[in-house]
Amino acid sequence: MNPLLSIQAVSRTFVSPKGQATQALLPVDFDVQENDFVTILGPSGCGKSTMLRIVAGLDHPTSGRVLLGGQPVEGPGADRGMVFQSYTLFPWLTVEQNIRFGLRERGVPEGAQKERAAYFIAKVGLRGFEQHFPKQLSGGMQQRTAIARALANDPRILLMDEPFGALDNQTRVLMQELLLGIWEAERKTVMFVTHDIDEAIFMANRVAVFSARPGRIKSEIAVHLPHPRHYRVKTSPEFMELKARLTEEIRAESMAADEAH
Amino acid sequence: MNQAMSAAPAPGRQERRPRRRALAPLEPVSARTRVALGVGFFVLFFVVWAFFTLGGFVSPTFLASPITMAKEGWLLFTEFGFLHDIGMTVWRVLGGFVMAAVVAVPLGIAMGAHKGVEAFLEPFVSFCRYLPASAFIPLLILWAGLGELQKLLVIFIGSVFQIILMVAVTVGNARKDLVEAAYTLGASSSGIVRRVLIPGAAPDIAETLRLVLGWAWTYVIVAELIGSASGIGHMITDSQALLNTGQIIFGIIVIGLIGLVSDFAFKTVNRRLFAWSAL
Repeated sequence: MNPLLSIQAVSRTFVSPKGQATQALLPVDFDVQENDFVTILGPSGCGKSTMLRIVAGLDHPTSGRVLLGGQPVEGPGADRGMVFQSYTLFPWLTVEQNIRFGLRERGVPEGAQKERAAYFIAKVGLRGFEQHFPKQLSGGMQQRTAIARALANDPRILLMDEPFGALDNQTRVLMQELLLGIWEAERKTVMFVTHDIDEAIFMANRVAVFSARPGRIKSEIAVHLPHPRHYRVKTSPEFMELKARLTEEIRAESMAADEAH
Repeated sequence: MNQAMSAAPAPGRQERRPRRRALAPLEPVSARTRVALGVGFFVLFFVVWAFFTLGGFVSPTFLASPITMAKEGWLLFTEFGFLHDIGMTVWRVLGGFVMAAVVAVPLGIAMGAHKGVEAFLEPFVSFCRYLPASAFIPLLILWAGLGELQKLLVIFIGSVFQIILMVAVTVGNARKDLVEAAYTLGASSSGIVRRVLIPGAAPDIAETLRLVLGWAWTYVIVAELIGSASGIGHMITDSQALLNTGQIIFGIIVIGLIGLVSDFAFKTVNRRLFAWSAL
């Protein structure tokens, strides 16, 4: 079966205005199958977000290419939805208008826009907050709106760049369950970047571990925990075993990153 | 120890606390105190003025007393058709300002959104910004005569370059992450400008316009001081010839009052239109 997303020998070198080159990403090869949930785990500054941004079309690879459904990615597009770590709701639009943004931009009729927005508002549990402005919402609610906004556009793949990184621990756990519940119902293909080991295991079918900068995929670990997953799975022996393994891997990389500084 | 005290304050202490904090930095004051303080300064100003003029410390030739000024002001309205002067001045300010805004806001948006346009226009506009509008008056009289167009052009020149640059900076400072989010939602380049850059910058653009409207008031008076047959500025020059400081001061105060009212109106409209930005 052809993969939905294929990252082929993608590398990225940043050149500073003074001409100094920094390699952020060594050539990476990585495939994501349809309906898969993949997490990219790595220490901060390892280039995992750079890779995600290249897939989104917000950054260009220095070498290599990205294929989505066999077509090369040239720039950003509605077929790759993205949820960012920072709060990126449009502050001048209400929750409902934010969720309709992409649909309106693509000329979807207004009735269909409203219907779709209402569906996803219910899905992320924001009923009653349709007419609120982003500044009136908590961080968790803002990120729920951002997820609904990305999903309402019906992208072929959902890219998530540490979407819960700015949330407090309790909210983060609830958001993980919410997103996993949506994924279990909709089976949307997801690529999820995080530096949180628990999060990486809990959400994923497959964890790709990034090395310290310059980034490359060091190892891939399949997660065979059954669905639907409950938060209690986090204390199961299988989970603990995976966590122990990934902790070792990440620890080595964090130390390498620390020495490099 | 401090914590224990605030948890169970002694009755006497609790009353003293607000006073102690009134002078603390960034401590907000109540709405009533704010109004009282604001009005208080006006009162103080008039008291000091009255003291020096009515007390005979200053010659009435140089500075009229508040009472003389009020009398002269009344005469201006009843005998000299001052309302017409005020109307002319307001019309000129608004006319010149609207002309400038209509030209400058779209140009500023284009400059802020497109770096090429900015590179093309920014140096020239920055240069023009420092040309004093009042220095153009002789030239404008030569070109446009002494009519209304000349007055409007002074205000136009004084405002247009300022608005262009400030709008360009505002639009150029748009949040990059919002632009990126819009791109991943399928927005086109024109969609980014129309639906991200403009709405995001709108409150600050409105604030810029409010600021520049204030400056336009100073330009109009300068324009009316030279070669004008009507307007508040013209009245002031006439009064100067007659050494009527009461009328001059009254004219200045009227300008201040109109400025205050228009500023307040502008602020209210902005707050209504862009409620989201004040949340």
